[in-house]
Amino acid sequence: MLAEIGHFALILTLLVAIAQSVLPMLGAIRGDAALMAFGRSAAALQALLIAISFGCLMTLFGQADFSVKLVANHSALSQPLPYRLAATWGNHEGSMLLWVLVLSIYGAGIAKFGDNLRATLQARILSIQAMISVAFLAFALFTSNPFERLFPVPLDGAELNPLLQDPGLVFHPPLLYLGYVGFSVTFSFAVAALLEGRADPAWARWMRPWVLAAWVPLTIGITLGSFWAYYELGWGGWWFWDPVENASFMPWLIGTALLHSAIVTEKRGSLAGWTILLAILAFSLSLIGTFLVRSGILTSVHAFAVDPERGVFILAMIIGATGTALALFAARAPMLRSGALFGSVSRESGLTFNNLLLMALTAVVFLGTFYPVIMEAVSPTNKISVGPPYYNLVFVPLVTPLLILVTIGPMLAWKRDDLGILGKKLLLPVAIVAVLLAGLVLAFGWQQVTAALGLALGGWLVLGAALVLVRRWWGAGGFSWRLVRTTPAATVGLVLAHAGLGFTTAGIATMTSFAAEKILVMRPGETAVAGPVSVTMLGAEEVDGANYRALRARFMVSQNGSERALISERRLYTVSGNQTTEAGIGVSPLGNQYVAIGDVQTDARGQGLVVRIYWHPLVGWIWFGGLLMAMGGAASLADRRFRIGAPQVRSPLAPTLVPAE
Amino acid sequence: MKRALLVLALMLATPVAAVMPDEMLPDAAQEARARAISKDLRCVVCQNQSIDDSDAPLARDLRVLVREQISKGRSDAEVRDYVVARYGNFVLLKPPMEGDTLLLWLGPFAILLLGGAGLIFWQRRKPVATPDAAPLSDAERVELDRLSN
Amino acid sequence: MKRLLFILPIIAFAGLAAFLGFGLTQDPKELPSQLIDRPLPEFALPGIVEGGPGLASASFKGEPRLLNVWASWCSACPQEHPVLERIAQEGFPVYGIAWKDKPEDSRAFLARYGDPYSGMGSDFPGRTAIDLGVTGAPETFVVDKKGRVRFKQIGPISPEVWEGQIRPLMQKLRAEA
Repeated sequence: MLAEIGHFALILTLLVAIAQSVLPMLGAIRGDAALMAFGRSAAALQALLIAISFGCLMTLFGQADFSVKLVANHSALSQPLPYRLAATWGNHEGSMLLWVLVLSIYGAGIAKFGDNLRATLQARILSIQAMISVAFLAFALFTSNPFERLFPVPLDGAELNPLLQDPGLVFHPPLLYLGYVGFSVTFSFAVAALLEGRADPAWARWMRPWVLAAWVPLTIGITLGSFWAYYELGWGGWWFWDPVENASFMPWLIGTALLHSAIVTEKRGSLAGWTILLAILAFSLSLIGTFLVRSGILTSVHAFAVDPERGVFILAMIIGATGTALALFAARAPMLRSGALFGSVSRESGLTFNNLLLMALTAVVFLGTFYPVIMEAVSPTNKISVGPPYYNLVFVPLVTPLLILVTIGPMLAWKRDDLGILGKKLLLPVAIVAVLLAGLVLAFGWQQVTAALGLALGGWLVLGAALVLVRRWWGAGGFSWRLVRTTPAATVGLVLAHAGLGFTTAGIATMTSFAAEKILVMRPGETAVAGPVSVTMLGAEEVDGANYRALRARFMVSQNGSERALISERRLYTVSGNQTTEAGIGVSPLGNQYVAIGDVQTDARGQGLVVRIYWHPLVGWIWFGGLLMAMGGAASLADRRFRIGAPQVRSPLAPTLVPAE
Repeated sequence: MKRALLVLALMLATPVAAVMPDEMLPDAAQEARARAISKDLRCVVCQNQSIDDSDAPLARDLRVLVREQISKGRSDAEVRDYVVARYGNFVLLKPPMEGDTLLLWLGPFAILLLGGAGLIFWQRRKPVATPDAAPLSDAERVELDRLSN
Repeated sequence: MKRLLFILPIIAFAGLAAFLGFGLTQDPKELPSQLIDRPLPEFALPGIVEGGPGLASASFKGEPRLLNVWASWCSACPQEHPVLERIAQEGFPVYGIAWKDKPEDSRAFLARYGDPYSGMGSDFPGRTAIDLGVTGAPETFVVDKKGRVRFKQIGPISPEVWEGQIRPLMQKLRAEA
């Protein structure tokens, strides 16, 4: 019964979405307030209906109702409850339902929180959101129905892949979807602006919270995914440049560019066309990511059960959405009023260059991901692969100038700044970082100069962020508590985010150059060393878990005089026959000790267990930085000024200030 | 198309980083070379892994093969060529630099250069002049921040 | 000039969409063979019967042959076997290489499903398969009179593939000098 209710709710939602895609748009064109108001009610209704549908599916999963095909294929009686529930989105059909759920929640959000928007703009945005909904609901209902029944009903299910039976599955997909789908709102903003022929500072100010609302969960989702891979996969890798990982990274890069471009449009009215284009690209990349994961066009460890037919449907959706938006862009964007001019040394030009670098970086990831597909068409007998060596060679040289610019940008004044003044501001940070760099090179030697540079770059970023606060808090009359208390939340956001970037950079640089590894066969009582970490095997025994049997090995790990016990397991999941490795990780602020066991093997000294020992210095900083960035975004989002509405012209202005244009 | 490939891929649902102690060469320098080369060779039966990372039997065979070739005295390039002769450029995780792949290697830099050049030209055509402002007092700074942030 | 810049994104997107659409028709894991029009790599393999005859690349001269790489653990091979038997019955020679298969397992498979092969080699270490660029089983090579590889079938040979592609090729190779 629940499956039928869920299915019916989904069909109803499609009907509501169809109405919502037409009527509010008509209302905006005609100036009909009733039709425009309908848009808001329809958005709320959509969200309610999909919530019912999704609730039904999740309940079915929770109850382990194997008469529903999806549940039978991805759940089992012995599967713990959290994973039975999370399995709702651990498959293609369920995750599509999650997509439309998040889409409708954002739509309802625009209806509820967008009351300060121009009514016509809000109505257009809701219509465009609904059009996207229609496409995805149609896709779900016609090709990927999650409520299909299975007859005869099996006694037990097929079990979720044990790699997914992890807290990561509970959080990672929903967070990513909040990100991907969140960019649909900014997409709608951009298309609505093109339709209205207006992309003014008010528009950019209204849009900025929505950029952040998508960017923050995406940042956390990617960080979490990296962390999950690190502890789950058994050897401490944290990023693989896998197509699906890249599919989440590209919207993030463009989303970051969008955020900064929107700031320029909001404050100065310039770069409106660029902001619109970035907003279109961000969501298009989200859609292309969905396409990648589900169409089978590229191999990936993350891919869902792939189906080229689904790929065709999704490609049609992409052509519809992105094609229409870009056509509108070609037609309408040239007519947008260009904003205030700015000098070649100014914050605007800094942010413009920032955008350019981020776009070049996105191009690296994009080309790397899709080039094999392009080559298949251009040169079918010469199939190529693009892997980490390419990305490392091309991404790193391009990201370095960006990271340097991140600290310089906030020092620049709007509209027109002077290289001399900038130079004076830079003297102190450059001097400090130069000393740091020299110290690092002295400590680690010239062979590790790339690591030293990376760490110095991290220091440059953290220092730059701190200097923003220093410059703000030390006025002409010295340190002032008043200046501290009145620090805008958006400034705090900037500081946290840029500092976070510094921590991540430092973590990556250190991991790349200073990680240590040792692989060998060990028996109880033996000791092995990897870098500063010394590991002694204590013993091994068989243990039973909720739905698995495991071989568990116990270790005593010592480093710099302190000791701790670590455990590593090889698990065999009884229902599916799948095996996983659980590593023992000793976490500390300066790095992780990492021990993972393999199979039984024989070496010169007899039979033993394969043990891999790693030392991962500063690896935690990579994700700590990611979390800081997300916190920065959240802080910006909390800024009260976003909720006040359109920027109000305050008068009188102090006579020594230059009026903004 | 059902293939034994599927059997191998299912076995891969047990990711364990893959180099086994019994494969490793006794000479540390040679082993380091072998690891570096393995990291750049794709496991052709896996989903986007290098032979260094993969558990698949074919990956293991190739790892052993790479080490044999190194022990026989072949250079890094010769070892790579040996594998490419059998599996094509697909097996290289670093794509070759040739006519077809110029866009891949140079595209991003081209975007940066062209974009940067475009910006500079755009700037040159529209000069901006504004009077310099006197330094701001404490209160004025707060005011300015309030207005402009 | 400015207008042109704004049209660039949609043109680039159109190109991308075309490539993506084409990509949907391809299989990203299918690896084209490096051996087409090249001589069969040298090998001299033992047979699957102790003391019995093996298979050597040198023997692949004088007549076009099919070389089928298979294994008892290969899930698609039982499906392909009837087609191989039919091919052998039609008078075309089929030779086999048992890949990473214990000889006793290979023998058991043939006993169970039938033996269409004119000759068999056992490649337990898998080195010959690597030389052939094999990535999975079954894969079949068409070798001409001069010992050159002319075609590679990835995956089982279906009746359609046999009638539509491989048999016409074999007939053409027989007629070749």
